[in-house]
Amino acid sequence: MKTLEELKAIRERMQGQIGVRSESATQTRVVVGMATCGIASGARPVLTAFSDMVQTKNLANISVEQTGCIGLCQYEPIVEIMEPGKDKVTYVKMTPEKALEVFEQHLIRGQVVGKYTISSEMPK
Amino acid sequence: MYRSHVLVCGGTGCTSSGSKKIIDTLQAEIDKNGLTKEVGVVQTGCFGLCALGPIMIVYPEATFYSMVQVEDIAEIVSEHLLKGRPVARLVYDETVTEEGIKSLNDTDFYKKQKRIALRNCGVINPENIDEYIGTHGYEALGKVLTEYTPDQVIQTILDSGLRGRGGGGFPTGLKWKLAKGNDADQKYVCCNADEGDPGAFMDRSVLEGDPHVVLEAMAIAGYAIGATQGYIYVRAEYPIAIDRLKVAIEQAREYGLLGKDIFGSGFDFDIDLRLGAGAFVCGEETALMTSIEGNRGEPRPRPPFPAQKGLFGKPTILNNVETYANIPQIILNGAPWFAAMGTEKSKGTKVFALGGKIKNTGLVEIPMGTTLREVIEEIGGGIPNGKKFKAAQTGGPSGGCIPAEHFDIAIDYDNLIAIGSMMGSGGLIVMDEDNCMVDIAKFFLEFTVDESCGKCVPCRIGTKRMYEMLEKITKGQGTLEDLDKLEELCYYIKENALCGLGQTAPNPVLSTLRYFRDEYVAHVVDKKCPAGVCKDLLSYTVDPEKCVGCTMCAKVCPASAIDGKVKEKHVINQEKCVKCGACMTKCRFGAISKK
Repeated sequence: MKTLEELKAIRERMQGQIGVRSESATQTRVVVGMATCGIASGARPVLTAFSDMVQTKNLANISVEQTGCIGLCQYEPIVEIMEPGKDKVTYVKMTPEKALEVFEQHLIRGQVVGKYTISSEMPK
Repeated sequence: MYRSHVLVCGGTGCTSSGSKKIIDTLQAEIDKNGLTKEVGVVQTGCFGLCALGPIMIVYPEATFYSMVQVEDIAEIVSEHLLKGRPVARLVYDETVTEEGIKSLNDTDFYKKQKRIALRNCGVINPENIDEYIGTHGYEALGKVLTEYTPDQVIQTILDSGLRGRGGGGFPTGLKWKLAKGNDADQKYVCCNADEGDPGAFMDRSVLEGDPHVVLEAMAIAGYAIGATQGYIYVRAEYPIAIDRLKVAIEQAREYGLLGKDIFGSGFDFDIDLRLGAGAFVCGEETALMTSIEGNRGEPRPRPPFPAQKGLFGKPTILNNVETYANIPQIILNGAPWFAAMGTEKSKGTKVFALGGKIKNTGLVEIPMGTTLREVIEEIGGGIPNGKKFKAAQTGGPSGGCIPAEHFDIAIDYDNLIAIGSMMGSGGLIVMDEDNCMVDIAKFFLEFTVDESCGKCVPCRIGTKRMYEMLEKITKGQGTLEDLDKLEELCYYIKENALCGLGQTAPNPVLSTLRYFRDEYVAHVVDKKCPAGVCKDLLSYTVDPEKCVGCTMCAKVCPASAIDGKVKEKHVINQEKCVKCGACMTKCRFGAISKK
């Protein structure tokens, strides 16, 4: 290594990964249901998809966590996004592809993806 | 990329309570559950809460598990890592509230701390240079080499007000300035990692948890004074620290962060390790350098100071591990940031190793000026078993005792010296009403007698005589005249010993004489040890009113010193009694007392 740019490149790559270990009250939390029902309907690839995207983009203010069963097993995999000071948004029947869309629309641009939220599934 | 990181403490404390095996089991369970690509296991340095080891923390939730056993691992993996349900019974109870699990940073132990020197301990994997770089590692070195002149580096350190964390508290920037001012074909940068105070382990934890910070700071120091070679003098009894330092030096060389032409600036710097055999005197700077040179570790008179004629007769600076750990942060955040913390003459933070009669044994880093009460009662969790605080010992064998009357003192270099103790390297041993202060003084003197190198007479013979007088007093054979003689000898040694070891050796005696003279007098005049520690001044007796004659005491007595039949009052034969206290612990009726 002979330049500061090389050092910076390593730092930025690592910051995304070490960001998993940060803790702050202003973080946006992405919570994936990972009980038996969630795992059986494919929550694991959804969880890793979110986690990888957040780390690749080095978004230290977003933490991707898992949780247990919230009781809506028929809608699994369920992903809840909690931003400080905003209402919780619940996405249902998620897939890694949908996760990518939610990541780009909701987490990056701040626009809720209405077609995947729980209200779109509920009987009218 | 991992979605979850499990950090397991690999510091000395947790390693000895079995964290190595926990890491192996954890990895095996993770593999078994098909989580190998999702969950990363990271061995870190010390978290500070050594009393609760082995410690494990799971991110991103930041769930803090304490006293984890190998048998618990399968449950943690299948419940928490697989299904996202933290194992409540293993979560550190201070973080559990009615509203759920609160952040570790909000617990009493961490809330008041400010971690600068320890900032990476318990956060990164010390054996992975990339993780250190990920937390802004080597950025300060890069900044210094590309933007600063050596004089600017020294000015920044001077402005920050940083003082040596090894004991003396000499301004670090001034030390560097003096060394820079002396021209020579070769200069040296040394790191004193010969931590010898009983009960102190902060330098060890920095080396084990964040070894690169020391390498980076030494390179910065080398640039500032014009040195190209550094030595870390570390004691051989710190095997984990040595291993991690070796790994770190190797990685830094591979990345070109040590070696020739660092960052293309033309600056060369390399570091080698020197292992010490663990002599206390080698923590003294001139003895340490003599030892690096390959000679027997003995101090020599100063002047000339190391900045003039140090290692191999060349200008040398010598700083302690914790001092170095502050340097990169000062460069990155600026001198005003550092100088804004602490008291008027003591800036920044200080790491203390809490030990003795305290609930949270471990490592804490606090801003200078925090009171002793805050450290002991709030961060340390107070004294166990409802006992009363008697004194806190700081500075190890060179320091003194702080009595309860100074419980609200703001901790900094000058305040501690004013009340007859010293900062030292940062050992803080808490004593309660069951500790005898004469016995404590004797303990430290025994240590200095052992560790005196023997070169100068006041230390070699003086400390021995002091020890003998203390022994006489604890045996009840002392006189009031002995106390005066003892004090006189203390001052004589302080003034005449060659190096810091001897000059400070009388401090534990002087400070206990100053604050606890009544205990000395009780030993000498009343032939009693008020705390009930000195065996020769104790006697165990059976209260005939309370004794029911159960024979339990007679059964446990290893010396067969208790006579008595079933349902009859028992009597202790004082001539046979070895004062082990076994009878008193066993008696269910509280009939045995010691006086």
